Amino acid sequence: MSSALALLIARDLRRAWIGGGALLPVAFFLLVAILFPFAIGPDAKLLARVGGGVLWAAALLAALIPIERLVAPDMASGVIDQLLTRGQSAATIAFAKLIAHWLAFAPPILLAALPAAALLDLSTETLVRVEIGLLIGTPGLAALALATGALVAGLRGAGAIAGLLLLPLAVPLLIFGAGSLEGGVGALKLLAAVSLVLVAGAPFVAGAAIRAGLD
Amino acid sequence: MTLIAFDAVTCVRGGRALFEGLSFTLEQGGAALVTGPNGIGKSSLIRLAAGLLAPAAGRITGDVPRALLTDQTSLDEELPLARALAFWARLDRAADNVAAALDALALTDLADIPVRLLSTGQRRRAAIARVIASRAPLWLLDEPANGLDTAALGLLETAIAAHRASGGAVLVASHTPITLPAAIAIDLSQHLPQLERAP
Repeated sequence: MSSALALLIARDLRRAWIGGGALLPVAFFLLVAILFPFAIGPDAKLLARVGGGVLWAAALLAALIPIERLVAPDMASGVIDQLLTRGQSAATIAFAKLIAHWLAFAPPILLAALPAAALLDLSTETLVRVEIGLLIGTPGLAALALATGALVAGLRGAGAIAGLLLLPLAVPLLIFGAGSLEGGVGALKLLAAVSLVLVAGAPFVAGAAIRAGLD
Repeated sequence: MTLIAFDAVTCVRGGRALFEGLSFTLEQGGAALVTGPNGIGKSSLIRLAAGLLAPAAGRITGDVPRALLTDQTSLDEELPLARALAFWARLDRAADNVAAALDALALTDLADIPVRLLSTGQRRRAAIARVIASRAPLWLLDEPANGLDTAALGLLETAIAAHRASGGAVLVASHTPITLPAAIAIDLSQHLPQLERAP
């Protein structure tokens, strides 16, 4: 079973990287971070004050980009049918997809936060807090993206519906993530709790959605 | 040994009963050929046997590994054929079986060609090779002859015969003729749902 999990994760990771699929969210993340200085103006103090929150909002928006390629292509190509026929549970398939998605999504975003922080003139202290927050929060974001991707798989206009579904559910992550920028570990603990709940629940939600999509 | 048994199975899709009261048993070396016009539920029967659908009534027993062939190739398009097949074979702990499966469908020359470049018939043969490589005792084949030329159909029939000779069984749904010696004939038009009786 564990070797099957490793095979599934490796396949999803490989497919995330081919064709630059894993780079698109990063490009989007950087683009959002670049747009803010243009919109707000070259007020370094103001940018430094709102910059941490900007990076969090950018990460949330970037999490939307990969949703449509997480589950829908494998449902359309019969790969999910093949896995279920082999006795893999839908939750196991979803769990493998969650791990692979986090591995493809989070490290590039954490790296991209460095140039983005420079653009926004963030202090080193704020940057460190953003990075710690993103490290704790991205598993939750990945879990939301996966569950949403499974729920909207096969729907027309899936991308737009996915955005409407994911963003409100991601608000707690945003509140505690941005809250952790003020310092103190309280917000980080709450962020970790929210992230943990999402990671624990998403494979089952996504698994049920995959099962429901079979009929 | 019984590989799969249907006991008075009723299939409902989208609120509509497709067939009811279907019973049959597949033993080692056995074969069943499901026939009937389009839309009568042949593919649904295959999906029931694969465990992808649940019967609305009745029971399906047997828990041997199954290999499923549908109208989808289910091979990663960007990979060379041999590597795409190897993914499934490794999941089935049968990675050493890929070369033999390619050979059985005369695909050895295409092993290094990306799946996306294969023709319709070649993709079909590749999907059949995936089934052969799995080493699953029970094959569930939905319209396996679709897109195959005469030579490839012969290879498929040979592969099925070899599989049965080694103790495997096949459940085949097909609307085109396919040679299956001593197969159980399942004509789904004999299992149409009865109209609901007046109270």
